[in-house]
Amino acid sequence: MTLPTMDRRVAVKKLLAARDGALVVTGLGSPSYDVHAAGDRNDNYYLWGAMGGAALIGLGLAQAQPQKRVMVVTGDGEQLMAFGSLATISVARPRNLDLIVLDNQHFGETGMQSSHTGRGIGFDKVAAACGFSETAELRSLEEVDTLCEKLRRPADGPRLFVLKITAENLPRSLPPRDAVEIKNRFRAHLGFASC
Amino acid sequence: MTASVQAKQPETTAVASAPAASEKQWPDQVYDVLKAAGISHMSYVPDAGHTTLIRLFGADPEVVTNVLTTEEEGIAIAAGAWLGGKRSVVLMQSSGVGNCINMLSLPVHARFPLLVLVTMRGEWAEFNPWQVPMGQATEASLKAIGLRVQRAETGDDLVETVAQAAAMAFDADQQVAVLIGQRLLGKKKW
Ligand SMILES: Cc1ncc(C[n+]2csc(CCOP(=O)(O)OP(=O)(O)O)c2C)c(N)n1
Repeated sequence: MTLPTMDRRVAVKKLLAARDGALVVTGLGSPSYDVHAAGDRNDNYYLWGAMGGAALIGLGLAQAQPQKRVMVVTGDGEQLMAFGSLATISVARPRNLDLIVLDNQHFGETGMQSSHTGRGIGFDKVAAACGFSETAELRSLEEVDTLCEKLRRPADGPRLFVLKITAENLPRSLPPRDAVEIKNRFRAHLGFASC
Repeated sequence: MTASVQAKQPETTAVASAPAASEKQWPDQVYDVLKAAGISHMSYVPDAGHTTLIRLFGADPEVVTNVLTTEEEGIAIAAGAWLGGKRSVVLMQSSGVGNCINMLSLPVHARFPLLVLVTMRGEWAEFNPWQVPMGQATEASLKAIGLRVQRAETGDDLVETVAQAAAMAFDADQQVAVLIGQRLLGKKKW
C-alpha cells in the first residue's frame, strides 16, 4: 500500500512564505537545504550537525523570545535522535513553538536507509501522547495550505506536524557553513550584539 | 531487597563532619553569582549535589527552567536561548558529560557561550563503582571536544570560579565547564 506523499521543497516554500515573522531553525541535511532553497535569510538558523539538536534549539529560542513564533523544520531521522525532546518540550509547554517533521521515512543524507517512521512510529502520535497541544499527519500540499493558516493562530502549547514527503534526494542548496556568522547575523536580526 | 543491598551506602558519600559555615552556603552563593552574571535560564538533569541550586532557580520567577530527559538536550537548549538573547546555565553530574559529547560540537564550532556546572562522582570516597569510569573520563572528554575546564574543591573557590567562568563564557564567547569536586560535595550533608 503506497499512500500519497508531497514534494518537500514546495511544502517548505509554502510554510516559509507564510512564516509571518517566525524564527526558523533547521535540522541537519535536507531540511537545511529545503529552507535555504526557499531563500537565505538572517532569521534562519541552519544546522549542519548537532543531530538531535534542532527541536531543542527551538525550545531555548522560544523561551528566550516568547513574543515571537519559532518554527523548527527537521527530518524524521534528526527528530528520532531527539525522541526524548518531545517529553522535555511538552513539559516546558512553550506556546510559540511549532515542530515540522519532514518525514520521508528514511535517512536521506546518508544513502536513503529506511527509518523507524516507515515501520509504525508516528511522531504525531508520539507528540500527542506526550501532551502537545496539537499534532497531525499531512499528506498533501492542500493540507499544507490549511496548516499555514492554522500556524498564524495562537496555540495553547507546542504543536507538531508530520509532513509525509517523497523519498528523493533533490539537488543540494547549501547554507553558509560558517556557523559563527549564521549565529551572529541571527542575533543581529533580533537586535543583539555579536559577542 | 537483600540485606547486603540494604546495608549499602545511600546515593551520597557523606562523610560525617560538620561543614564549615562558608561551605554550608556555597549553593546559595553560586546562585547569587549566577544571577549577578545575568543568568535567566537553566536546564538540568538532577544530581543530589545540585539540589539547592535546582530549588532556588525553580522558585525564581525571573528564571525559566527545564528538566531534561538527557543532558545533551541542555546544550542545544542553551544555544537556542543565546540565539534569543538569554544567558543559560546547564547543571549535570559527571556521568551526564558522557551524554553530551557530540552536541558540544554545536557551541564549540559556532562559538556559543556555554556554562556547565558539573558535580563530580567517581573520584573521592565513591561507593558506586559504576560512577568511576565516566568520573575519571570527565575532564579529558570535555577537553577533547574543546571546552575550557575549571575545577573547584572548596566552597569559596567554587563561588569565585563560577563568577569568572560566567564572565569567560558570556563576555568572551567561551565554552566552560566548572567541575565541582566530589571532595567538596562529599563533605556536605545533602
Ligand atoms: C550523531 C550523528 N549520527 C549520524 C549522523 C549521520 N547523519 C547525517 S544526516 C542523517 C540522517 C538525516 O535523516 P533525516 O533527518 O530524516 O533527513 P533526510 O532524510 O530528509 O535527509 C544521519 C544519520 C550525524 N550527522 N550525526
